[in-house]
Amino acid sequence: MPKGLVVIDKERCKGCGLCVSVCPFGVLTITRELNRFGYNVAGVSAPEKCTGCAMCAQMCPDAAIEVYREAKVKEGV
Amino acid sequence: MSTVEAKAPAGFAPVYTRPKSLSAARFTYCPGCHHGIITRLLAEAIDELGIVERTVGIAPVGCAVFLYEFFRCDFVQAAHGRACAVATGIKRANPDLIVFSYQGDGDLAAIGTAETVHAANRGENITVIFVNNQIYGMTGGEMAPTTLPGMRTVTTPEGRDVRTTGYPLRMSEMLAQLEGPAYITRQAVFDVRHVQMARKAIIKAFQNQIEGKGFSLVEIVAACPTNLRLSPPEAGRWVAEQALKYFPLGDLKVRE
Repeated sequence: MPKGLVVIDKERCKGCGLCVSVCPFGVLTITRELNRFGYNVAGVSAPEKCTGCAMCAQMCPDAAIEVYREAKVKEGV
Repeated sequence: MSTVEAKAPAGFAPVYTRPKSLSAARFTYCPGCHHGIITRLLAEAIDELGIVERTVGIAPVGCAVFLYEFFRCDFVQAAHGRACAVATGIKRANPDLIVFSYQGDGDLAAIGTAETVHAANRGENITVIFVNNQIYGMTGGEMAPTTLPGMRTVTTPEGRDVRTTGYPLRMSEMLAQLEGPAYITRQAVFDVRHVQMARKAIIKAFQNQIEGKGFSLVEIVAACPTNLRLSPPEAGRWVAEQALKYFPLGDLKVRE
């Protein structure tokens, strides 16, 4: 399984929980952390489970999520 | 205003990055609003087709009124319901521009019905994104023409009574009967599969305009979690279970 990395822009996140609801591996959770607008933001609670499928990013209504995937060594990109 | 730059960390390649045609502004929609997903899909479509330099959007009146803040392309703010008429003028004066309007159900299906029907009937070469969330969201959740029978809103506290307020208006079915439109489709964004299908439909609607095929309308059955008084995931399920009974998904007219 490839290893993924989710980057959440906390100032954009409104804590709606759609990313949490669509993640097939339970990587994300709504944290107790507040951003400056007073929203409880989403965070990565189980980074080791992420495969970089980007379903969270495709569902995010605030375009706050970016997803990366570990590049294969052979490709050297 | 913070922005995460599309720069991959060492050893990682980007899978999904924020669309380039979006500005740095935060969306002003409520948490979990489907408008945000649709706005983002529009930006992805504009990016994919590489048309941001020659695109002009028409912003509606309603929850998406600040659309012009979110994109890096040109925008015109139309009076309530008149987006298709404004789009017609811009497209006819500058046929090389890609012109799209983005309208809600209160805008397109109530006050702007005449403009929309006649723009469709004339087969104007424009793209219309129609967000049908069955309610007037911005003004506080009043009944819209598309509100489902029996659905509670602040102006129909006992549920919409079809004997006094009529039945939900199926705009796409109405427009699909006309000769003018090239492409009429109904999509939804309550799960990832439908988001991907809606994305393809929006790209096709823009592609039609680039190829000069004529009027293309993508209706998207959306949820308003705030006025449904449901959590965003529950509001999505409500659309899937209730709204789609009245607004079945699929292509209603495709002219090749």
